Amino acid sequence: MSAYRLDEGGEIDRARPLSFTYDGRPVQGFVGDSYASALMASGDMVLGRSFKYRRPRGIFGAGVEEPNIHADIRLNGRVHLNQRVTTEPAQDGAMLRACGAAPGARTDRTRFVDLFARFIPSGFYYKTFMRPNWHLFEPSIRAMAGLGRIDASQTDDMPGEQRNHHCDAVVVGAGPVGIAAALMLAEAGDSVLLCDDATRPGGSLLSRAARIDGMDGGEWLALALIRLQAAGVRLLTRTTAFGVYDHGLIALNQRRDGQPDLLWRVRPRRIVLAAGAIERPLPFDRNDLPGVLSAQAALIYLRRHAVVPGRRLCVATNNDSGEEVARAMQAAGAEVALIDYRKGTTIIGARGRGRVTGVTVSSGQRIGCDAVLVSGGFTPTIHLHAQSGGKLDWDAGILAFVPRPGTSAVVTVGGAAGHFSLAEAFAALPEALAMGKAPQAEPQPYRVTEAWPKPGMKGRVWIDYQHDVTTKDIELARRENFTSVEHLKRYTTLGMATDQGKTSNLQGLALMGALSGRAIPEVGTTTYRPPFTPVPLASLAGPRGATRMNPVRRLALEARHRAAGAVLGEYGGWLRPVHYGPDDAAILAEARRARATVGVFDASPLGKIEVMGRDAAEFLDFVYYNTMSTLAPGRCRYGFMLTEGGIVMDDGVLVRLDDGRFIVSCSSSHVASVHAMLEEWRQDRYPDRQIWIHDATAETATVTVTGPRALSVLARAGIETGDLAHMATGWATLEGEELRVTRVSFTGDRSYELSIRQDLAPSLWDRVIAAAKAEGGGPLGIEALMILRAEKGFVVIGKDTDGMTRPMDLGSDAPLRRKAADFLGRRSLTLPEASRPDRNQLVGLVPTDGKGALPTGAHGVEMRGGARRSIGYVTSSYPGAAVPHPVALGLIERGAQRHGEEITLYHLGVPRRARLVAPCFLDPNGDRLDA
Amino acid sequence: MQIFSCPFCGPRPEPEFHFGGEAGNDRPVGGALVPEGEWAAYLHLRHNPKGSTREIWMHRTCLEVFVMERDTVTMQAAPGVALGGPT
Repeated sequence: MSAYRLDEGGEIDRARPLSFTYDGRPVQGFVGDSYASALMASGDMVLGRSFKYRRPRGIFGAGVEEPNIHADIRLNGRVHLNQRVTTEPAQDGAMLRACGAAPGARTDRTRFVDLFARFIPSGFYYKTFMRPNWHLFEPSIRAMAGLGRIDASQTDDMPGEQRNHHCDAVVVGAGPVGIAAALMLAEAGDSVLLCDDATRPGGSLLSRAARIDGMDGGEWLALALIRLQAAGVRLLTRTTAFGVYDHGLIALNQRRDGQPDLLWRVRPRRIVLAAGAIERPLPFDRNDLPGVLSAQAALIYLRRHAVVPGRRLCVATNNDSGEEVARAMQAAGAEVALIDYRKGTTIIGARGRGRVTGVTVSSGQRIGCDAVLVSGGFTPTIHLHAQSGGKLDWDAGILAFVPRPGTSAVVTVGGAAGHFSLAEAFAALPEALAMGKAPQAEPQPYRVTEAWPKPGMKGRVWIDYQHDVTTKDIELARRENFTSVEHLKRYTTLGMATDQGKTSNLQGLALMGALSGRAIPEVGTTTYRPPFTPVPLASLAGPRGATRMNPVRRLALEARHRAAGAVLGEYGGWLRPVHYGPDDAAILAEARRARATVGVFDASPLGKIEVMGRDAAEFLDFVYYNTMSTLAPGRCRYGFMLTEGGIVMDDGVLVRLDDGRFIVSCSSSHVASVHAMLEEWRQDRYPDRQIWIHDATAETATVTVTGPRALSVLARAGIETGDLAHMATGWATLEGEELRVTRVSFTGDRSYELSIRQDLAPSLWDRVIAAAKAEGGGPLGIEALMILRAEKGFVVIGKDTDGMTRPMDLGSDAPLRRKAADFLGRRSLTLPEASRPDRNQLVGLVPTDGKGALPTGAHGVEMRGGARRSIGYVTSSYPGAAVPHPVALGLIERGAQRHGEEITLYHLGVPRRARLVAPCFLDPNGDRLDA
Repeated sequence: MQIFSCPFCGPRPEPEFHFGGEAGNDRPVGGALVPEGEWAAYLHLRHNPKGSTREIWMHRTCLEVFVMERDTVTMQAAPGVALGGPT
């Protein structure tokens, strides 16, 4: 408990205290604190547990790079999962719980695991938990893994918001270089969006000393912010640019208090990356102890939050940045030992139980301390450059990968470009932006010496804190020949935690380079992919949740169906009546009523694509399997549409209204695909012919009247059809409006499809329903219709067919033999594959074991060579309505030749028996059509 | 998300478009007499080049079918050109 808060300084407001809890313990802080700075000031050091070894962990960083401490934050009744405590401003009344620890970080039940650390190196679970079966171990391993805990009671989640934005330039990072770049662009007339993931703009100027244009850094910042505003720059804080995508799209996620995250999609002309650099840790034994933290992070906690991490400090550095940290800590009253790697002194190991109490250095000297502030050099934040396809070069002067100029559309400046002094960064700006004059800063030297982890280091030296990857794991990966950087990553999970290895990747590949005798640039980096930091799924989903994900289409008659007590369900994108009445017993009753008297069905979603023009008939001959040009006006014909591969794509009735006007009645769920297919062939094959295609599905409602009393219902409803023959179409009037009457049947009974302008559908429905009730009938839901069509063996394409089904497999081979004109898919029907003798063909199935309807999807099986094999499967299965037994359709091998045969079927281990029959269970001669 | 340019509607976001295959994969003429191998190549064989490609795309909102040159490496996409040009 040696960290302390200074009485003055920093950006905290001491007049406005706040308090929150961490794992149930109260923590005090001030407005202006982050959760991390308040926790650090409280003296609490063990704030989390490592992922694998369950080691105690404390805060390492001060921003998005934080690998150790994540918490679920409950605030105002909402839980925000897996938040880095370093990036979130502290809020009064918040309740935090450490992620991945139970019951709390200090008292984690699984902390014994570290005792077995030597038995669980990288990949141990692949080797250990294979026998007898991984699934035996999986539940307990999964319970130990994972991060935040979802609160299942939080179901009213606010949908994320999204915004599209256009501007000339997006500048990522509002540090001194990003601000200077934004000013140069904006003052030259560009519209600029400047974003930063911190709570305030300023970047390094908030914690490091600087002289810019003769001013103190803080003074320059204050003036620059005023100029930014005057120049109209839009400044977004707590906003992370997490990805650059194709065609110049950059995505930002903005975190907001009391509101859901806001996702920005921006397409600027120019993206300027000024994201700075991230400090690396130093490798030594037990460098993961709480109290070992990034020197720059410590400087931020000191200068911004007035927190000193301990009375006695070690500052260990391999570069120039450590000296400022050491001086600042001394000035704040701490006793500081500076360990400068450039002078040959290094840390061998840290001591302490649960927190650091001292270090041993290379001379053998032991130094007691409360905290070790480490700086192992800086890694430029080049993610957005690399995501957009940019290449990297190794800069031996600063020991880091830097963007190769000209390889990406993203312009990288400042620390991200490897310019670690402001003077150098500003000097490079005019050329990078091809404009203007940049500020001037005093040169500061940056000299760095190598401090990479080395092969054979003694003790436990952590590379990746969050995923518990040590030097020994990397050595193991090398021994097992996972030397490629991509293999190394996957085998050891280096850099695969939620921090994505921001503080660890480079050390890992430096060690692999040393182990395998390669220089770092030869080892290379793994591929950089979005997102840079975790983005809530709610933000990516935006408003497209629940019913807005894929909105259903609504029937013009929906209110009528609801009033009639219909249960509605989604079928092919439409919300349709499943059955009328509260339970599904209504289904069979509706089907039987329709067979006995009459049923009225809302068929509005049925496709109604009009094909018009002088050349329409020739066109339809090409797109249909069947010959359509010989159809007489006023008549209808059933047909198939095939793909070029000869597979049945859709079926339906084609109506010819007159010489040059047809209506393609395709399946409800295939309207969009059939329409697109027709357009594609029209434009490709008949570009200068007279053919027009119009999808009239949504503007036309269709009510189908089916059953022995159908004609009486029409007469009662006042719809005059004359003596319309089966498969004919004609016109009637209803209240002075045109009504198309088409006599086709999907039930096997006499049926009339009545089509009318959709806004007139309610009055048509009311008349027809009233007439049907007077005849003893009523409405018919879609599930009852499915029974009726299955009894007749009428197929539903995509349900009773699959991606192999050709028309001959459904019993239709006449067009192939007789049709003169070429048509879509024709040549495929004469390939050897199409006439293979063992094809799956449509059959009817009748269960013979008395156990009720067969399960849909049950496979027919037979023994061959001692092994059971599938001979096809059940596609549709229902109880019979007019037929006194259950009925099923299926695709069965050589099915057409096997009528009468009895087969065994299996479903979920349960055997069934069924007889194969012709796929028609009722009225094979079609007498009912004219009954 | 990519931005493609329909010759009819102009630049629009990628989800509005539907891929229609490689351009120049012409349907063999000859109906039932087309040799098996030629037909199979038409159905299944694609060049799938690295770099510049010519492809058929459909703008689903206006149903215009057009040719688009696209680079599979840089992801650059030239504005779409109507099939067969002006008629």
